[in-house]
Amino acid sequence: MSETPEEPVGPRRVIGTPSTAPVAVDTRPESAEPTFSADPPDAKSAKNAERVVAALFVLAFLAGCGFIAAYIGLEVGDSTLPKGANGVVAALRSNMALGSALSVALLALGAGSIIWVRQLTPDIEIEEERHDLNSAPADRAAFQQDFAEGAAISQVTRRPLVRRTMLLATAPLALAPLVLLRDLGPLPQTDLRHTVWKKGLRVVVNNTERPLRPADISTPGSMITVIPEGFQDDADALAKAGVILIKFAPGELHIPSNYDGGTLVSSMNWTVDNIVAYSKICTHVGCPVALYEQTTHHILCPCHQSTFDAANGANVIFGPAARALPQLPLMLDANGYLAAASDFTQPVGPSFWERG
Amino acid sequence: MSDTTTAKNDAVKIPAPVSGVGGWLDDRFHGAKGVRVLLKKVFPDHWSFMLGEIALWSFVVLLLTGTYLALFFNPSAAEVVYHGSYTKLDGITMSQAYATTLNLSFDVRGGLLVRQIHHWAAIMFMVAIMAHMLRVFFTGAYRKPREVNWLIGVVLFTLGLLEGLFGYSLPDDQLSGAGLRITEGVMQGIPIVGTYLAYFFFGGEFPGTAVIPRMYILHVFLIPGIILALVTAHLFIMFHQKHTQMPAKGNTEKNVVGQPFFPYFLLKGQAWFFFIFGTLVVLATFAQINPVWMYGPYTPLAISAASQPDWYLGILDGALRVMPPWEVNFLGHTLTLSLLIPFIVPLGVILGGAALWPFFEQWATGDKRFHHINDRPRDAPVRTATGVAAVTFYGVLWAESANDLIADKFTIPLYTLTWIARVLVVAGPAVAFVLTRRVCLGLQRKDSAMLRHGVETGIVRQLPDGGFVEERRPLTDQERAPLLARQAPALWPAPGSDDGGVPAPPARGIAGRARVTASRAFAETVPLLPNGNGDGRDNGYHNGHGTGEHTAAEAAPGGPARLNRGSDSADELAIVASSF
Repeated sequence: MSETPEEPVGPRRVIGTPSTAPVAVDTRPESAEPTFSADPPDAKSAKNAERVVAALFVLAFLAGCGFIAAYIGLEVGDSTLPKGANGVVAALRSNMALGSALSVALLALGAGSIIWVRQLTPDIEIEEERHDLNSAPADRAAFQQDFAEGAAISQVTRRPLVRRTMLLATAPLALAPLVLLRDLGPLPQTDLRHTVWKKGLRVVVNNTERPLRPADISTPGSMITVIPEGFQDDADALAKAGVILIKFAPGELHIPSNYDGGTLVSSMNWTVDNIVAYSKICTHVGCPVALYEQTTHHILCPCHQSTFDAANGANVIFGPAARALPQLPLMLDANGYLAAASDFTQPVGPSFWERG
Repeated sequence: MSDTTTAKNDAVKIPAPVSGVGGWLDDRFHGAKGVRVLLKKVFPDHWSFMLGEIALWSFVVLLLTGTYLALFFNPSAAEVVYHGSYTKLDGITMSQAYATTLNLSFDVRGGLLVRQIHHWAAIMFMVAIMAHMLRVFFTGAYRKPREVNWLIGVVLFTLGLLEGLFGYSLPDDQLSGAGLRITEGVMQGIPIVGTYLAYFFFGGEFPGTAVIPRMYILHVFLIPGIILALVTAHLFIMFHQKHTQMPAKGNTEKNVVGQPFFPYFLLKGQAWFFFIFGTLVVLATFAQINPVWMYGPYTPLAISAASQPDWYLGILDGALRVMPPWEVNFLGHTLTLSLLIPFIVPLGVILGGAALWPFFEQWATGDKRFHHINDRPRDAPVRTATGVAAVTFYGVLWAESANDLIADKFTIPLYTLTWIARVLVVAGPAVAFVLTRRVCLGLQRKDSAMLRHGVETGIVRQLPDGGFVEERRPLTDQERAPLLARQAPALWPAPGSDDGGVPAPPARGIAGRARVTASRAFAETVPLLPNGNGDGRDNGYHNGHGTGEHTAAEAAPGGPARLNRGSDSADELAIVASSF
């Protein structure tokens, strides 16, 4: 809706209502076949527009050259940079130079193109007739006739035995690609029910692989991530066997003895010296539960905020996780180091259909 | 048409290459007639028609940049010790995938730029598809004969989600690994086949070594191939069926008005491509995205707070966060509703609902006509209200995926925030539906009033008797055209019940009654003018709101109750409308 310049000065119009100025300009010519003219809408401004467009295209050209210059001039990477140069700084500098040049080149081309079409071409609007999409009834009937005749000639309707045996023949072939997918992976078996923890396997600190004595965790309230000794490079094992150790002040820890279908799943007897071990794998979708709030004893999963009460068997307090974090039975080995007393007694991590 | 060609010959000299090369090609391919149609193809102009084009050009940029990245990226989980330019990770053991991502970022000139363009283009691609789909939905451009293209669009959006998920999981950094872990957890939660699916996809236990090369071939070959094929089909169907157009003077169901493809759309399309590409490069240069080097290589026991997926998967993550801990155990099996519902419901409601909507609308309205003129959103209150309800549902879940950030920045307790989201995700869409429908009807009344009384000019005149009147001017034809485009859908079944109130046979039974109810909801429209046509300008009809108001309602088989409801809501609507 174009607004004429001599719009009467009056109260501001309300948004959404049409302009009070009469808009009577219908730019579309009435005749269906306009006489041809390649002249721009306004000859005077066209001269200016031409210069602007050309200037933008020259700018794009220069920026394009700048891109190539930046590529050649700004080295990145260990092998080409002088000794001692900062590779990250070099990469970011190169990124900035290449990106700036390319931005200018592309945007100038875009701006030039749009000014070109808006200022240098006549404002021609044309009308095209919309034909019916559906075919003429006669064509449809003829098609149906031809199709039915073809089908009749093929005997496909008249000989069901042939038709059905052909369909039968394709059925196993259609299934074959699915069958081929079978070897994408092993069957789950009971993998998800077990971890590598077993009686006597020492807990070691994640990343340093240092074994722990109870005295090493002297301050109550700290949380340490530990892994089974010797598995630091086994991502598959760690994805299930990661454990957090939390030390409590005497009297703060209350773990009820819970049973799940006859299996003991949490017990105060599984703690050593007020140190409790829980699976680090969230029972929701398996993120590591990495946040611990000392004052409230809350373990928080940063992914979806499932919250567990560490002082009370890691029961769920809030969030989408439906199960407590499984507790790992702890003991001291012959040398006084913390070790697992057994594997987890229930599956760790997210629930699954066969879990029960 | 041939007359014009000769007429043009007078004005323009045909350049030699056009006749020469063109002639050479035409001798072999017989293209002159067909390609001429292409040159003259009409492209209607409306800003909202450029949204789909953003998606198209972003996809082109994705193909170009993705091909370049594939020259340097090695999709392997094999472990290497890193010794590259990013010295903070020097000596760290990591996968080839992560190491080559670092290398192409820091040791390849332009590598970082192209990687960031690629990521920004993926985000832009999904934003543009969504905006385009909303435009098509709210203007009813999906209606017959364009249902198939709408379905293709829904599939393209779904494929975009998957393509994006696999794409940002490839670098094997800490954040993408966490995303994969969540993907695996959700897969495990699928009843009966979940563990098998997860084992087959990951080639065994999570994380394994198989998943990166598998995602890679899906990401660079299979999914983009399908997307490319569907985009092509989408464009060809659009081309064949011709564009829709907005209601305006001169636009009818029988024509397409706009500018010809050559040279207008060619130049505009070129400009638009450069603008979009340029914008993506600006973002890639100045707005860092996915700095994988800061996250470190993936290890299963590390995580960072505020782990969010790319925006288009936010709705799924938000749904995971908003769920209460629902899990059912029975007969030795576990049904984890807190995984299954977030996986199925948001995508089911949004994508399944989008796919089914055109057919539902046809079923409810019995409208089998062709539609080439788009609706203004207010003119289809039920559709618009449903759309806004869906946007609200989506928006709540999407915002919930950043609940930890929102809680932190606005110091709202996290659990309170989640509870708010739990309430809003159910109540929000219902409220949005009711409000939007009323606003639409109110806006319709405003349009009707403008048709009837014209526009307030702001000029007040004093009458000889001392009274004051505000001058109005009638609408121009251009202004009237979009307003007059409003059509009340016919009530289904149209000649319905007999005089005794016995419903017509198709309106009986549960489905029949549901259809009648839906049909009435769709048919509720404020009539354009008391006399039902658009010929009167300011016809002085100032107090006769009653008579023509119920044209649509009177056709309803329901009878008097329906009439009352119509007039009540109409009065309330006037209030709603005036407050907007």
